[in-house]
Amino acid sequence: MEARLRVRRFDPESGDADARSGARYQSYALEVPGYATVLDTLLQIRDDLDGSLALRCSCRSAICGSCAMRINGQARLACKTKVSALAPNGEEITVEPMGNMPVIKDLVTDMASFWNKVKAIEPWLQTAGPPPQREYLVSPEATHDLTQVMGCIMCGACVSDCATLETELGLGKDPDATFLAPAALAKAYRFVADPRDGADNERLLALSRAEGIWDCTRCNICVEVCPKGVAPMDQILALRRKAIEAGYEENLGARHTLEFEKTVRESAWL
Amino acid sequence: MRAALEASRKSVNVAVLSKVHPLRSHSAAAQGGINAALGDEDTWEAHAFDTVKGSDYLADQDAAEVLCKEAPADIIELENMGTVFSRREDGRLQQRPFGGAGFPRTCYVGDITGQAILHVVWEQLIKAGVPTYEEWLVTSLAVEDGACRGVIAMEMRSGQVQAIAAKAVVLATGGLGRVYQPTTNSLISTGDGMSLAYRAGAPLMDMEFVQFHPTTLKDSGVLLTEGARGEGAYLLNSLGERFMARYAPQKMELAPRDVVSRAEQTEIDEGRGVDGCVLLDLRHLGEERIRERLWQISDLAQDLAGTDIRKEPVAVRPGMHYHMGGVKTDIDGTTPLPGLFAAGECACVSVHGANRLGGNSLLETVVFGRRAGAAAADCASAAADHNVSQAAVVDQEKALKAVLERSRREDTTASIRREMGTTMTAKLGVFRTEKEMAEAVEKIRELRERYRSLGVQDKGRVFNFDLANYLELGYLLDCAECVATGALARRESRGAHSRRDFPERDDESWLRHSLCYHTADGPRLEYSPVTLTRWQPERRAY
Repeated sequence: MEARLRVRRFDPESGDADARSGARYQSYALEVPGYATVLDTLLQIRDDLDGSLALRCSCRSAICGSCAMRINGQARLACKTKVSALAPNGEEITVEPMGNMPVIKDLVTDMASFWNKVKAIEPWLQTAGPPPQREYLVSPEATHDLTQVMGCIMCGACVSDCATLETELGLGKDPDATFLAPAALAKAYRFVADPRDGADNERLLALSRAEGIWDCTRCNICVEVCPKGVAPMDQILALRRKAIEAGYEENLGARHTLEFEKTVRESAWL
Repeated sequence: MRAALEASRKSVNVAVLSKVHPLRSHSAAAQGGINAALGDEDTWEAHAFDTVKGSDYLADQDAAEVLCKEAPADIIELENMGTVFSRREDGRLQQRPFGGAGFPRTCYVGDITGQAILHVVWEQLIKAGVPTYEEWLVTSLAVEDGACRGVIAMEMRSGQVQAIAAKAVVLATGGLGRVYQPTTNSLISTGDGMSLAYRAGAPLMDMEFVQFHPTTLKDSGVLLTEGARGEGAYLLNSLGERFMARYAPQKMELAPRDVVSRAEQTEIDEGRGVDGCVLLDLRHLGEERIRERLWQISDLAQDLAGTDIRKEPVAVRPGMHYHMGGVKTDIDGTTPLPGLFAAGECACVSVHGANRLGGNSLLETVVFGRRAGAAAADCASAAADHNVSQAAVVDQEKALKAVLERSRREDTTASIRREMGTTMTAKLGVFRTEKEMAEAVEKIRELRERYRSLGVQDKGRVFNFDLANYLELGYLLDCAECVATGALARRESRGAHSRRDFPERDDESWLRHSLCYHTADGPRLEYSPVTLTRWQPERRAY
């Protein structure tokens, strides 16, 4: 099977102005096995055609989170995307680095701000007292609920395509001062939803501030692009409900929601 | 990371240095679970016996005892840290049966156990404020006055080489899966730590023992967890027979991996395979059980093999999965090179001997990671400050420049890697013979010779994966040579090392560990005794 890839290149060390500006696309055509993924194809390009092509990858099984990139305009894991599925008739596939992050080289992006936001939500279990003698008793239902968010592999696909973040970055805001974005908020929900975690109130208060849960525009893109079915937006909405239930209403988002509800209740009008 | 966490608890100055972000580590790929004797009927002694028997009696029994005795507390700690282990109705940890085990003692998080634990340990590292140096590729260990004094490493983002001084270094670099092609292992599993230690003078132990996992996907070589069989899946041949009845009538599909892989290979070789594979049948488990406990492999089979495991059996075959050997350590992770420690797959304590049981590898990383971290912290507390000589950095930089100046010709990093991988798979596979192994040793030597004159196409320094792959291939070739040399010398069949020309285990001559020492002419082999505490070697049947 012939695979045709059009790859966005960026080389910070190049003498060529186009390569430095990130405006250069390079097309490759090569013979690949019928089962090849976009990752297999990119690696074959690096092995046989162009050793300078830079991309991150490791497990090839959609669990390490290394190879998120934009494929035909949408963030996907290259190892989970089959060439034959996207290009049944040999169409050219466009491969670009993730969005909403600076590019370091070719498909390698700078994820510093992504990690800073994950760290900002204090991503560790904060239990109320000392641990029990043995394991915490947790119902199987509670573990099932957590399993969905826990399946997040921190690949960055949701952040790459987040519309809120794109708007804020487009306005020139400091990346670390922008919307916390879907991955970090889904991670936050993972702790709020964990019956062992005792810091729900502190977490919900912090998340109700600017750049937190109320900045999501509910565009649903994160749900569509997540390769692991984490549905980050659903977790953000769950956090909003929990924040209101906990009484954190002193912000525009919560007040808007409550007024909205009140209007509908009283007048049945929008 | 578990070692770093333990060291930080001992108030020493510690950092993690990794060639990828820590969450990209191969531990994330562990699917099925982690063992501990937590059940009321179960005992750590039973777990240790299963481990020793599974190892075909090559495990050091004192080490297996430590592993199994300390397992329950480590699992409970992982749970207390936040791991969302699957539960029973009463809220306690659920355990599933696994290969070669006398009790259901494998704790799990669906079929993403490794990912779940890896993320939790990383969270604890952030909480503890341990700095991580991400995307630094170690190029050599700094050895001065006969001790390890730190590492020389290249920062991928800048391409710059730096010396990083340390009073103690713990290697936790994983396995050497990429020596083979195909393998279930991540692209980053290139034997770095083993090769670095070997070049620095530390011996590598039991390198000939390579585990072939019975259920890997045909084309991609990707893993489908043993948990599938733990949940009750069948293995079928082309006649629709559950052929394990002929090889392990009691344990059937849940015999240890070496036994099942040999059975599959025999079925395939004798013409009862299906297109070079056998079939893994999960249909009778039902959709709900697959969705709740095996969702990852359900996705993988769909995405990579186009098979809906709820509706049809999936073609699988034995594939390179794990390496029992590694840097020789004691039960505290101490290697014979002062200042150097090792834990996890890159180390050989040895708890796995000639064949590892499923669910014991994650356990090993946690138990011996903790112990190595504590021992390294004690070592660092007792050591004086020192700097690493800049000469090593200058030499390394010179060596990299020489590679960058050579152009990429017909012979490439990729072509040598492929020849190595296919040679190892063909000649050092599930079944082995003298002739084929000797050919493999010759081939690896030829590839080493060709490796010397390789060049690279990428001449830059920023994220130069061409250069990184070149360095990794050097590590792989070291490992391949040790695996092949150790295997050729061992004239018996034990665990995963199964020779057609020497089909029996020979305790008289071979109940001993092999040790590979680096010399200019290739590995020099020595042997050392196996520690037996309470179990005498018996015939191994399942």
